[in-house]
Amino acid sequence: MSTNDPSYTRDIIRNFINRSINIDRLRDDENLFESGIVNSLFAVQLTTFVERKFGVEIGMEDLDIENFKSVSATAEFVARKSALRAS
Amino acid sequence: MLHGIRAIAVDTSEKLLDSARVGILQAVRVAPVLSKSAPRLAPDETLARIIFTTRLEDLAGCDFIVESVTEDWFIKKPVYERLDRIAPAAVCFGANTSCISVTRIGGVTSRPDKVVGMHFMNPVHMVNTVEVIRGHHTSSETLAVANDLLAELDKEGIVVGDLPGFVSNRISHVFMNEAAFVFQDGLATAAQIDSIFKRCFSHKMGPLETADLIGLDTVMRSLDVLYDSFHDPKFRCCPLLRKMVEAGECGRKSGRGFYVYSNVGC
Repeated sequence: MSTNDPSYTRDIIRNFINRSINIDRLRDDENLFESGIVNSLFAVQLTTFVERKFGVEIGMEDLDIENFKSVSATAEFVARKSALRAS
Repeated sequence: MLHGIRAIAVDTSEKLLDSARVGILQAVRVAPVLSKSAPRLAPDETLARIIFTTRLEDLAGCDFIVESVTEDWFIKKPVYERLDRIAPAAVCFGANTSCISVTRIGGVTSRPDKVVGMHFMNPVHMVNTVEVIRGHHTSSETLAVANDLLAELDKEGIVVGDLPGFVSNRISHVFMNEAAFVFQDGLATAAQIDSIFKRCFSHKMGPLETADLIGLDTVMRSLDVLYDSFHDPKFRCCPLLRKMVEAGECGRKSGRGFYVYSNVGC
């Protein structure tokens, strides 16, 4: 399994988020930031987790709500960065 | 930092200032993830806007001072007595108190007309409304200065009167405390209690996860202030809440409270 497998990446990210916050029945496309229960501590934790777990470097231009707004968006961001690193 | 206002941060030790520096850099870095309008600042740009110091005297040149020390009268009181000697007479003090009366704070200074409560809500850069408290002697001019500062921060104040706990914490802490009693009595799990509030009342967060986010030690101290102020048993801190604090289970920041947080320090 690797970051090439979208469902594997989504599982890891979903598990991390479920351990961090208490959202009932978190859907992969659910907007975390619209839920109102995430804060800057969570954003720091999520970006740090993505950098360490998947070995991707998050630049200033990557720090955008669109890249981290949901489980799916974060997994897609990891896939894009991993593909860039591999190319 | 995000609004271009230069600031001086004072804390009691270099270790705490180091921690604040890291926290501020992290919060500013991820601000664009939380808000589309937030600027993207490099670490050196952020650090150029803030001075970190352990000397309260370094605030002598500030236009406005926001105090946010621990919610304990015996800690707050000497801080205000010193600030009153240090700051020029025209400078206003914004007390980011969560329960202690603004009138009581103003009473230990020589400028009670220039002390105003400014209860910022967490996460501060995402919540655009601030509970502004008018103490018994707070002047209209001071309220105007506070509102101008909030406008610079793209925030709006709701001005309320002054009794301990004001509006927000006088009500919310009864909610959180009673939720802790319900949990202690074994009526429901923490998740069930919070789910009732979220799914039945459409609250964004339940009372127990809110308590975990604020910090159970802070909630306990605020309840103690409310109890001591009103002598009303409805503010009696739930024994389980006190026991959890004594056991070091203070919520998110310590990794365990009503919930377990396995990502602390990740």
